[in-house]
Amino acid sequence: MSATKQLKDLDYSVLQQCMHCGMCLPTCPTYVSTKRERNSPRGRIALMRAVADGNLEVGQELADEMNYCLGCLACTTACPAGVDYTTMFETARAETEANPNIGTTKRRLLRFLLLDKVFLYPNRLQFLGHLLRIYQQTGLDEFVRALKLPYLLGKSIGRLEPQAPRMNREFSDECIDTWEHPPEGVARRGKVGVLSGCVQSLAFSDVNRDTVDVLLHNGWSVFTPKSQSCCGSIHAHNGAPGLALKTGENLMNQFEREFFSLDAIITNAGGCGSHLKHYHSLMGTEKARQWDQKVKDIHEFLVETGFEIPGSRGGEKHRLTYHESCHLCHGQGIKQAPREILDALPDCERIELPNSDTCCGSAGIYNVLQPEESARVLDRKLESIKTTGAECVVTSNPGCHLQIQGGLNSLGLPITVDQPVSLLAKAYRESFS
Amino acid sequence: MPFNASPFENIVGKDQVLTKTVDLIPYGFDGTAELKQLPAAVIFPADTAQVAACVKEAANQNLPIVTRGSGTGLSGGSVPMAGALVICLVRLDQIIKIDPANLTIRVQPGVITKDIDEAALAHGLFYPPDPGSMKISTIGGNVAENSGGLRGLKYGVTRDYVMGLEVVQANGETARLGNACVKDVAGYSMKDLFIGSEGTLGIITEVLLKLVPRPKARKTLLATFSTMEAAAEAVSSIIAAQIIPCTLEFIDQVTLKCVEDYCKIGLPIEAAAVLLIETDGHPDAVDEEAAAMELICRERGADDVKIAATEAEAAKLASARRQAFSALARVRPTTILEDVTVPRSELAKMVTFVNQTAEKYRLQVGTFGHMGDGNLHPTFLTDEKDREEMHRVHEALSEIVDETIRLGGTITGEHGVGLAKKEYLPRQFDDASFAMLKLVKQSLDPDNRLNPGKIFDPA
Repeated sequence: MSATKQLKDLDYSVLQQCMHCGMCLPTCPTYVSTKRERNSPRGRIALMRAVADGNLEVGQELADEMNYCLGCLACTTACPAGVDYTTMFETARAETEANPNIGTTKRRLLRFLLLDKVFLYPNRLQFLGHLLRIYQQTGLDEFVRALKLPYLLGKSIGRLEPQAPRMNREFSDECIDTWEHPPEGVARRGKVGVLSGCVQSLAFSDVNRDTVDVLLHNGWSVFTPKSQSCCGSIHAHNGAPGLALKTGENLMNQFEREFFSLDAIITNAGGCGSHLKHYHSLMGTEKARQWDQKVKDIHEFLVETGFEIPGSRGGEKHRLTYHESCHLCHGQGIKQAPREILDALPDCERIELPNSDTCCGSAGIYNVLQPEESARVLDRKLESIKTTGAECVVTSNPGCHLQIQGGLNSLGLPITVDQPVSLLAKAYRESFS
Repeated sequence: MPFNASPFENIVGKDQVLTKTVDLIPYGFDGTAELKQLPAAVIFPADTAQVAACVKEAANQNLPIVTRGSGTGLSGGSVPMAGALVICLVRLDQIIKIDPANLTIRVQPGVITKDIDEAALAHGLFYPPDPGSMKISTIGGNVAENSGGLRGLKYGVTRDYVMGLEVVQANGETARLGNACVKDVAGYSMKDLFIGSEGTLGIITEVLLKLVPRPKARKTLLATFSTMEAAAEAVSSIIAAQIIPCTLEFIDQVTLKCVEDYCKIGLPIEAAAVLLIETDGHPDAVDEEAAAMELICRERGADDVKIAATEAEAAKLASARRQAFSALARVRPTTILEDVTVPRSELAKMVTFVNQTAEKYRLQVGTFGHMGDGNLHPTFLTDEKDREEMHRVHEALSEIVDETIRLGGTITGEHGVGLAKKEYLPRQFDDASFAMLKLVKQSLDPDNRLNPGKIFDPA
């Protein structure tokens, strides 16, 4: 693969596909915030096309605009013309990031630390996770926060520190065995792999455990390699295709020995799934093509293969609402399956969330790099959630989970956040124990 | 004279004036193919007084003015000319008052069309005009272009709902035209002059709209035909049977396949043509009309007639139809959309002529449109980079325009003349009427300040 693809090298028909009808505008969170064309999908495409046409320099302004885009892909769902925004966007991000004259030192350092030094190495991420766990479990975090120490590192760090993911007591590697099999008496249906994710493994190992339990309950043997690599989605979305390739290949290798025996490889995080299904476009190999076909989102897999409906415990119904992860609904086109799972829970009532498919502002590491716009987008999401009167927001992506939880906490709202697969696992435990 | 930003910054604030290339590029176009031109600046006033002050300052600097909303127009009405000042009204986005006692709503021009209908819905009322871009188009743009939509057949177009306007004139003076009275014959109906004036006579800064009671019931039918002519004849028979459904839309196979490719709702892509029909009103009337139209379609050779089982299914069908134009962009890089309209009795002839012309010039065409009101959207699927093919497209368009006029039709039913159709306008206004157009322009905008070169060239 060439070092960095450039806008000028893109197939021109991809750029030309946009006929600037404007159907994307109302779905774009940044356009809704500013009402400026530049901050809209068709505006950004016009800028990218101007670069390809030689009418605009690749400079700081273009970079700022590409960084301002959440990459939520709501525009791709809205676009009747089928414009491939993802390819254009990732190309433009890569081109601006590769340009040494662009970017502040602070942003470059932050991005370098996250992409090159942390997310590439599962052991380092786990080590950081251990430190964070100690920090949080000893109560040191409360103490440090009370002294406002994080603000010494700058205002944005101060604001973000409480949002640091709460580490689980046990990480995925500690609570999930490499191979697990359905209990006695459950008919075996086949074998699946589980992608435990990087942040998910540390901060949402319980969701991973629930995913495995649900699969076991439905007759699937589960293979979960230890110390899994990041899938590379963070790298691809942030203009580092080379690193995305490297970490993606590492991850594929970890599944290598069981690859052909697995009926599917399951992902339970929307943001990762969207990227995990597109390794072929990144790597171009036959193996990657087979991999893409095997990767399934957990909800998609359960609905396609069928899952057992848990029994009712009776009593008052738990009122839920469902927030869609952008890369699950826009990236993977999966909208109904999670709703079907929630609607199958006998003790829950689902209330439709207005604008459920609009971004919450988490958007990978966007909330770290663009905290102000992220907060605006989150505020609109919280307003929508309030109108439902739900006791629990359900979502299926670690970024959304943390972002919405953080937002609800800061407003002091007694609304919990959970994930469909966790609610299903819980219902199984309660109705069959 | 070079553009001087600081007087404008004093009016609207420094952050509401854009002059950098990177900010201007996305304002160089609207929803129309082929047309692109950078303005000198884009400015975002917050109220009528600021708009008026900007118009006066533009006169000081001798700048042409282009008014813009969401930039979804389809005739180049909001495409800038070189050196122009774009006045973008998206910040004037307040619903000022909804008045259920008088069935009116007063809004600023930057309010989104769909939001007006949603505000009406909260009071059991209805704002019927629904252009394809209603989710993002602004009411100011709708009034300036006199936009139509899918419901034009029964409910009319934007003009039929405008009761009053506030406009800033080319000299910077503000005028309020019309009022909340159902009857009003005081003086010339000046507001009507501004409806459909495409930004060439004044800048609309407030709109008073009529609302109607929301229909209690609706039913949506989808009829499939194996020939386009059969579909066109079914339309004529429905009208001849004195049934006026709310919507009577036609989609040909090329368009149908593109739409299905996008929305994947199981449209019958094997059909040569489909009619999407919606009837609304009193539940009994709706049932009766739906049954009668189903019968007519079957008599006219429909292969199948389906009735949408739920409101959600009906909404999906209507939304699929609204995406037709954009979905056609899947086939080729450039989509040239036409808007010719003929008297309904001439529809079948026109549809046939379009297809013959496309064949004659070896062009790919997708046709859809508002069959019930004679408004067709033949869309050429082409590539603006292929000059030879583009030449053939323009030859074909010219022939279609001539045939339209011969049949007693109009070169544009709802998109406006703008830049895209201005070369054809003299063919339609081929008597003293063309000079009358220019006379109106000269008296209201003698310096040619407002959207110069749109509709016709300056005198």
